[in-house]
Amino acid sequence: MTSSSLNHQQARRREAMGVLGHCATADIAGYLDAVAVPAYEQLRQPENGLVMLRGRIGGDGAPFNLGEATVSRAAVRLASGEVGFGYTLGRDGAKAQLIALCDALIQTSEFSDAVETKVLAPLRARVVADSKRKAAETAATKVDFYTLVRGEG
Amino acid sequence: MYVAVKGGERAIENAHRLLAHERRGDRDVPEVSLAQISNQLGLAVDRVMTEGSLYDRELAALAIKQARGDMIEAIFLLRAFRATLPRFGSSEPVDTSQMQVRRRVSSTFKDMPGGQVLGPTFDYTHRLLDPVLTGESSPEQPAMTDAEPGVMPRVTDILGRDGLIEASPAEDPEKPVGDLTRDALSFPADRDLRLQNLARADEGFLLSLGYSSQRGYGRNHPFAGEIRLGEVEVEFMAEDVGFAVPLGSITLTECQMVNQFKGSDTEAPCFTRGYGLAFGQSERKVMSMALVDRTLRARELGEDIKAPAQDEEFVMSHSDNVQATGFVEHLKLPHYVDFQSELGLLRKLRKEFADANETPVALQEAAE
Repeated sequence: MTSSSLNHQQARRREAMGVLGHCATADIAGYLDAVAVPAYEQLRQPENGLVMLRGRIGGDGAPFNLGEATVSRAAVRLASGEVGFGYTLGRDGAKAQLIALCDALIQTSEFSDAVETKVLAPLRARVVADSKRKAAETAATKVDFYTLVRGEG
Repeated sequence: MYVAVKGGERAIENAHRLLAHERRGDRDVPEVSLAQISNQLGLAVDRVMTEGSLYDRELAALAIKQARGDMIEAIFLLRAFRATLPRFGSSEPVDTSQMQVRRRVSSTFKDMPGGQVLGPTFDYTHRLLDPVLTGESSPEQPAMTDAEPGVMPRVTDILGRDGLIEASPAEDPEKPVGDLTRDALSFPADRDLRLQNLARADEGFLLSLGYSSQRGYGRNHPFAGEIRLGEVEVEFMAEDVGFAVPLGSITLTECQMVNQFKGSDTEAPCFTRGYGLAFGQSERKVMSMALVDRTLRARELGEDIKAPAQDEEFVMSHSDNVQATGFVEHLKLPHYVDFQSELGLLRKLRKEFADANETPVALQEAAE
């Protein structure tokens, strides 16, 4: 399913998962402390497994199996019924659970804004800053070619 | 055959205890941490992840520590760990054109959109041992320049626009993606299976095969069209969620090798290509992989198969260092009964030889 075929809420959830996946568990937990999280239950205990990573032949052709990655996943349900999912590279069940919790919260009308302003916005700013710093470090290694002036014979 | 051997239990236990002691080394020297291995021996971690076929930096660092730096042993440990976890499914194919690039060079075009970006490379270093690193070092912070926004098209896309290079094989939605971890290898093998095999293959083996092709054993006139390193996002179609969820990003190195032409009465000649992709910063690996991917296309491209690097059964059956080391190292295990039977046979042959030579020479000549 491509991102264009998602509804508005699915697109928001997907974007949030994308931000949270790049953040450390302690950072997500730290910002989430500022939100009055309602009661929830674990629908799926955090669980570790594998996802086969695929590439494409030539970068843009038919898919092939490149190798696996560890993935942790979890699911929670709020008392109000919203179900949230967390999937993340690595074996950090606590992180998968936090992503699932955020995913559930942004589906509620009550907590959606708080999660956006108190958790996602500051984390997104960090992810963007980190990406910009890397881009700037990389850009400094770009070659500027110049042509030596030939002597006139 | 192997025989059950009893009586070695205590020796084995004490040997492993001694191994743990030797692994730790001098206890006055601080113990190396997984974070230190992951950060400061990062390319070793990348290799173990690639050939262990499991992307997990922490586990690869643990494997390197446990294996005392023996890379093949570490790769073996990672492969064994992988077998203990369930598989949730397969990712969406990663899109390397959307990579956050940290290095990108081409040996075919000097000026191309996005330019030549050297990134963190050993290239152009003088390969002189650096005495500064014998102690604690504090290198300068990296230089920074404003990055120009914009995409970095693949070199093959640029050539492809004019039809100068063959297109990548198109996806067939009806055909399942081959997976050698699920099905036994059979030959001839399709390119998806070959690339999976090469991706986890021993770097040294591929390096030698790639080198052999350059020296004339299956020559295919390669140019490094593009090598890129950076981070790509991974997505996984999670059925329970109902859409493709982002899992985070992984570091990949990709090599597009551009090789000499093919053409026919009906098709205009164009460059052919070989492809390499690996976890982490694994440049030598992906270059070797791309060379061998191309040599293994000999059958498809109607080339004579004369060299080892063109023989897919030879390459794919011997590329896996865990399999290879298993068979080579099993020679250490007790073969007492096998050897006894060989010994018995040899004694018999020697007796026959001795008996034959005791026959008088004159009689032998007469018999002829």
